[in-house]
Amino acid sequence: MARSKGRQSAEVNAGSMADIAFLLLIFFLVTTTIASDKGLTLTLPPKPDNTDIVDLKIKDRNLFKVAVNSNDDLLVEGERMDDYKEIKDMLIEHILNPNNDPELSEAPDEAIVSFKTDRGTSYEMYINVLDQLQGAYYSIYADRVGITEEEFRTLDRSNPKEKAMYEEAREGLAMKISIAEPTNIGG
Amino acid sequence: MSKFKKKTSASQEIPTSALPDIIFMLLFFFMVTTVLRETDILVEQKIPKAEQLRKLERKSLVSYLYIGKPKKSEVFGEEPKIQANDVFIEPEDIILWVTKEKDKLAEAERDQITIALKVDKEAKMGLVSDVQLKLRDANARKLMYNVLKDVDMNDL
Repeated sequence: MARSKGRQSAEVNAGSMADIAFLLLIFFLVTTTIASDKGLTLTLPPKPDNTDIVDLKIKDRNLFKVAVNSNDDLLVEGERMDDYKEIKDMLIEHILNPNNDPELSEAPDEAIVSFKTDRGTSYEMYINVLDQLQGAYYSIYADRVGITEEEFRTLDRSNPKEKAMYEEAREGLAMKISIAEPTNIGG
Repeated sequence: MSKFKKKTSASQEIPTSALPDIIFMLLFFFMVTTVLRETDILVEQKIPKAEQLRKLERKSLVSYLYIGKPKKSEVFGEEPKIQANDVFIEPEDIILWVTKEKDKLAEAERDQITIALKVDKEAKMGLVSDVQLKLRDANARKLMYNVLKDVDMNDL
């Protein structure tokens, strides 16, 4: 009895295996969202203490002023600018001041960027300008340690060697971007 | 003529017996890389583009806030709103939300919480800065603006 059954083919038909796998594959293809956890990082200033209101005097020449109004018009150092992509090179020149221009910052570390928006400014414009400002600093940092901007931004700080490089690049030159509270004109 | 005939006698079929293996390999790749959505996004998300992208250092410390025009504008109106987890919140509720998010983390890591802001292009800075002020009050000061990579045409 048992023997006659054992003679029957015990193989599972595997011909449709590919179809099943395809079906699963398509399901995962459709539901996949490739994680895009990249972006512009920023650390907010600490909450102001009432006890230590210090009236800081910043020399006008050290300040790099960027303002955007509610129509997304750009004002850089008192002049209207149409293309936000020019900011980066202007800021690099402002920070490094290679020709000792009396209008630009005294020393790289003295430079401060003031970025002012309006409540009606679009987020896209804000990101565009912030991107340029950070880009200028990253480009200077990368230059100091002799790597490309891209390499600098992707330095892995959990790796001691790369961390040392990161710190060497930022040594004595902090990214000073002050983002002012927006004005309320177009909000 | 006989020369041509000889050639055609070669088998023209592609062996397909390894096809399931290939498909399975692809399948496993996608299974491993898939991150299933935890929340339904209720606001429009046209993420702006930028060049100076940096990666998040530790994903476990990140909480997400979504800002944009509600997708169901006939129910929720046209004004951009803030979404945290699955619900809309007002800027006033952010401090409470941050406290709850911090509670989920280990005690030593609570100060390192990072807030990732996914904001629609069209949103206005007024709302974004309200959110930032509240985050500062809640002592969650590490921010990240999620943006997409902009391909610079000059580099190509």
